[in-house]
Order: sequence, then structure tokens, then C-alpha cells
Amino acid sequence: MTIFEFVGQYWPRLLSGTGVTVTQFLAATALGIAISLAMGLLRLSHSMMLRGFAVTYIEIFRGTSLLVQLYWIFFVLPLFGITVEKFTAGYMAVGMNIGAYGAELVRGGILAVPKGQWEAALAINMSAAKRMWRIILPQALVNMLPPWGNLMIELLKGTALVSLISVTDLMFEAKQINGTTFLSAQVFGVALIIYYILARFMLTPFMRWLERFMARKMGRA
Amino acid sequence: MENMSAYPQEISGENIPMVKFAKVRKAYGDLVVLDDLDLDVAAGEMVSIIGPSGSGKTTVLRMLMTLERINSGCIYVDGKPLTHMPANGALVPASERHLRKRRIDIGMCFQHFNLFPHMTALENCMEGPVQVLGLSKAEARDRTEELLEMVGMIAKMDQHPSRLSGGQQQRVAIARALAMRPKVMLFDEVTSALDPEVIGEVTNVIRQLVSEHNLTMLMVTHQMGFARDISDRVCFFYDGKIEEQGPPAELFGNPKKERTQQFLSAVKEAV
Amino acid sequence: MFDWNWAFTWEILPRLIHATGNTLIAAGAGYAIALVLGLILALAQRSQYRALTFLVREFVEFIRSTPLLLQIFFVFYVGPQFGIRLSPWASGMIAIGLHYSCYLSEVYRGGIESVPRGQWEAATALNMTMLQTYRRVVIPQAIPSALAGMGNYLVGIFKDTPMLSVIGVAELIHTANAIGSENYRFLEPYTMVGLIFLAISLPAAGLIRVFESYVRRKLGM
Repeated sequence: MTIFEFVGQYWPRLLSGTGVTVTQFLAATALGIAISLAMGLLRLSHSMMLRGFAVTYIEIFRGTSLLVQLYWIFFVLPLFGITVEKFTAGYMAVGMNIGAYGAELVRGGILAVPKGQWEAALAINMSAAKRMWRIILPQALVNMLPPWGNLMIELLKGTALVSLISVTDLMFEAKQINGTTFLSAQVFGVALIIYYILARFMLTPFMRWLERFMARKMGRA
Repeated sequence: MENMSAYPQEISGENIPMVKFAKVRKAYGDLVVLDDLDLDVAAGEMVSIIGPSGSGKTTVLRMLMTLERINSGCIYVDGKPLTHMPANGALVPASERHLRKRRIDIGMCFQHFNLFPHMTALENCMEGPVQVLGLSKAEARDRTEELLEMVGMIAKMDQHPSRLSGGQQQRVAIARALAMRPKVMLFDEVTSALDPEVIGEVTNVIRQLVSEHNLTMLMVTHQMGFARDISDRVCFFYDGKIEEQGPPAELFGNPKKERTQQFLSAVKEAV
Repeated sequence: MFDWNWAFTWEILPRLIHATGNTLIAAGAGYAIALVLGLILALAQRSQYRALTFLVREFVEFIRSTPLLLQIFFVFYVGPQFGIRLSPWASGMIAIGLHYSCYLSEVYRGGIESVPRGQWEAATALNMTMLQTYRRVVIPQAIPSALAGMGNYLVGIFKDTPMLSVIGVAELIHTANAIGSENYRFLEPYTMVGLIFLAISLPAAGLIRVFESYVRRKLGM
């Protein structure tokens, strides 16, 4: 069976799988950004307790595997009475994992903002929260966007793991089709190409555009 | 491609120039850096190259060291072509192999020293003799220690470059180049990156070289006084050409061309 | 802790420790492949042959933008379709080694590019060959700046080995899955696996940092 005949026959399932992958990606991104921001800021907090909490979170999620985290959330949390539906468990694990890496980027981005900016904001008597939100974070965002591009690719790749708890994403559909047809080269090949298109021709250009857009907005271009 | 038949495959006869640039042209796209340069340097001659920045003076040295390829013309060293090689009775652009065979006659010191940071001063100087010339470690060490003694760096020979001052690094770099026993030494703005108070220690080493050895030397410099003191000939470069050249007393004392006069008076004012 | 069974924990510990050995072997072997293959890919990208450079660049981009899990399935299932049967271990090592070789090639490239141009020129002025220039001048200087990235990917490959469970490599997660389904208890095995990962990757990250500064000192930089 040629690859074209293959795609002709199985495109509805591949498409629906891609849809689920994209949904998982978007949900995990939203969660990941929120956690990155929260943990990145806590990591810089003056309170040792808050800082310790953030460090613990970051080290646990960066020190173990995404797959271990996924299984833990899906199989172990119910034992504590917290049952998470598989779709939710999927993007939760991916988002929480990426959040730990993103927190370090947020921290680095904030630390890269020149000290004079803090002092200037203080000099016009801004509150601590205003200083962070209006002066520091926008500049930190521009600093950290390039590494975020790489992290987003990792996130997209990470969503493939949710297939292992039976979320019907692209990876899952590919595995199922392979199981019934044994057309491994075709199905896995097509799936690889779809992931590649998502990463290289949609996600990467979007991140580049965002970098340029933000740079322009900040008057740097 | 240029017809190379006008260029001899070997220069013979009496008084062969040690270095010969024959109609050498170098351009980056539309920007012509050197425009049909003709320059002969005799064996044992010390030639200083001066001129405003962008006049192509550093490019002369970089082409002779084969760090840059030339666009046309030919460079000869000791009568034999460097940038080209004879093949089937004609000159063709040099292969990497040919370059390696001919480049052995040339040594170079750089503005930013370019010492290898992961080697000590001694190791820097022994690297070429051992790895390239195939000398034994003992032979290389003898040769190197003598040179480090000469440049006054023997006491610091076991230090890495990061522990040395700019002047000290440049002296080690001179010893490193000399350890290869080149016939031609190139000095590319060797004092430009140095603090004023250590320039003397480097120029003194070069003075000593000039007075005690019969090396052929080309030096690009911004230090007019130094060039005047030690050169046999000074070339003033302007816009990719030699605008004027002659013995230092003449060129500095009685420049003929207007551009030379302008340049020299501008330099004098800056001092 | 909630419902934690210590007796069960002790009972499964030997199996988990044995699986830890397999995990470390898988990570070590995969990393060895990646180190060598990565260098080849990096040098190929610096070659003068435009076509080769382009092809290798695109290949590296492709592998880096698609999920490792999918690549593992691809290597494992596509071989038999064409009559080549690879063991789970062999396919796993190929997939993970290849995946990380692409990351390492970028690390090497970055390291090589961090060596100033003057160093290449000084090597030319000493009439060194290309091989001597790489071996004696460029690579010794590229290593310190590449070490951090190389270390990160060593820990990264270790944390990605659980994906090999999907094709039956008996590493930690595979063993934890087996224990879980034999005993209908997932809390202890998954939690223990998480702790084992933490216990190895956190000190490893620290050791890598120590090693990095040791090498820098050793090279006098």
C-alpha cells in the first residue's frame, strides 16, 4: 500500500488524533505558562518557605521522568481520592512538567533585566507588584522567548506520552492503526511527518513571529 | 579564471626577493581591498606598513599567511609560488597540500596574540615544533626555552595565558612563531591591543630581533616612531594601493604625496 | 502516608533495584551511541559539501522536532515489515541513541563555534593540518563550553529511558507496571520509581557541575 492510499484510507482517524494532540498541546501550554510564572516568581521570593516550595517543585518535576509523573497522576492520585479523567491527567502531567522547566526560564529572564530598571521603577514609587508586572516582566518576556520556542517543541513532543494512558491523540491512533494493519512504515512515517509539520511549520514560525512582535512592541526592533 | 601564463613558475637569478606580490587583487564582493598590489621584500629586509584603517594593510599580511585567498595575481615566497602551484606546465591555485608545504617559511604574530588558552606558555611554543615539525620533545624544549629566555618569559613558562599580562602574552606569541624557524615573520598590529605601559616590552623584543637576526619581516603598525626607528623601508597604504614608499627618514621626513602628508600630520596631532 | 504498605515496599525493592541497573545500562549505552554519532553529525554539518550539510541539518531538525516515543515505535515495528527483526533492546538503543545524537550534535556545534576565529588562524600560522587543528586546538577548547549541555543530555537520556518500556525493555517503569498489575497496587511501585529517579538525577546533576569546573581548572581556563 503506498503512503497516499494509506492516507486516503486512514485520514479521518489521523486527523482526529491530530486534533486531540493539538488540544492537549494547548491545554498543557496554558497550564505550563501559569505554573512557570508562579514557580518562577516564587523562586525569587524573599520568603524562604515560598522559595523552598518552588525549588522542591522544580527539582521534583525536572528530576523525574514525564512518564513517571503521568502514571503517578493517573494511577496513584485516585488512591488519595482525587480521580482525574485521563484527558485531564494527560495535559496536567505535561503542563506541570513543562512548568518546572519554564519556571527556570522565567527566573533567568527576570534576572537578566538590568538592575537599573528595578531602581528606576522604585524611584517613581511603584509598588512591588506594579514594578514586577509593568516594568520587569515585559522585559523578561522578551529575554526568554527564544528558549521558550525550544521548550514548546519539547512540550509538543511530550504530549505523545498521553497515548500511554489511552488518550486518543495522534500517537495513540498511530499505534492502534499499526496494531490492526501492521503497515508500520506508513502509519508511523505519516505520524512523524504530521508532528514535524506541527513543530517546524506551525509552532516554530509562530514563536518567531511572537519574538518579532514582542520585540517591536518593546521598541527593540 | 585568470590566465596565469604571465606569471613565472619560479623566479630565478640573483637577488631573488624573499616575498613578492605580483598584481595581487583582493575584493569582498564589490569592496576592493587590494588593487593589483606589486610589492617585493628582499631577504633580511624589515618593511613597515602604515596607513589609515581600511586601507588593506592587514590584508597584505593575512594573504601572505594564507589566512585569506587572493582573487588574482600571485604571491611568491623565496622565489617559489605560494598561492599557486605548477601543474602540467602552468600555475593553478594552490591545494591545501601545497599551502602546507610552502607556508612553513612564514610565521605570524597577531593583534590579539591568539595563544592557545589550554596550554602553558611553554606548551604553546612547543606545540608547532613537536606536532608540525616532528621534533622530539627534548629538542623542541631546548629550542623553545632559548626563545623564551630571549623574550624574557622563561620565568613564567609554566603559566597559562590567562595568568599573563597582554605584553607577556604577546612576547610568548613571538617566541611561539619563532620556534617554527620561519624565513619571514609577520607582525600584525602586535601592540594595538596592549596597555601603553607594556608596549615597550614587546617593541624591545622586535628591536632585538631586527638587530641580531637576519629575518625578513613585515609589520603593520600604528606606532610611527617605532616604524621609523627600525624599518628599512616604510610603505604607506591608501585605498588598497601603495600610495608612497621609501626609507623611513625620507617618508616621514619629506613625504611627497599629499595623502601621506595628511595622514602623517593627522597622526602627529593625535599624539 | 495514606495506605502505604511498607512490607510490600520491601518486597518489591529488589526487583526495582535490578530494573534500575537495566535503566542505567540503557541510558549509558544510548549515551555512548549519541556521543559518537553526535560528533559525526556535527562535523558533517561543518563540511564543505553543501548538499551534505543541508541534508544533515534537515535530518537533525526532523529528529529533534518529533517525539522520541514515536521514533521508538518506528524503529521497533518498521524493521520486521522489511524482514529485519530487532530486539527491544537493540531498537531502543538505536532510537534513543539517534534521538540524542541530534541534540549532542548541536551541543558540539555550539562548542566548536565558541572557539574564537583567532585560534584557527594561530593554528594555520603554525602550519597545522585540519586534523591537528581540531584535535590539539579546537576540541580541547570546545569541550568546557560543551560540557554543561553534554551533562544535561546525559541526565535527559536517563529520564527518557522509561519510554523504552513500551517495546518491552525491562527498565524501571516496565517493572513497576508489571508489579502494579500483578498486585493491583500502583502507589508503592510508581512512587518508588519516582524516588529512584530523583535519587539518581539530582546528585548526577550536581556531580556534572563539579566535573565541569574541574575540567575548566585542569585546562587552565
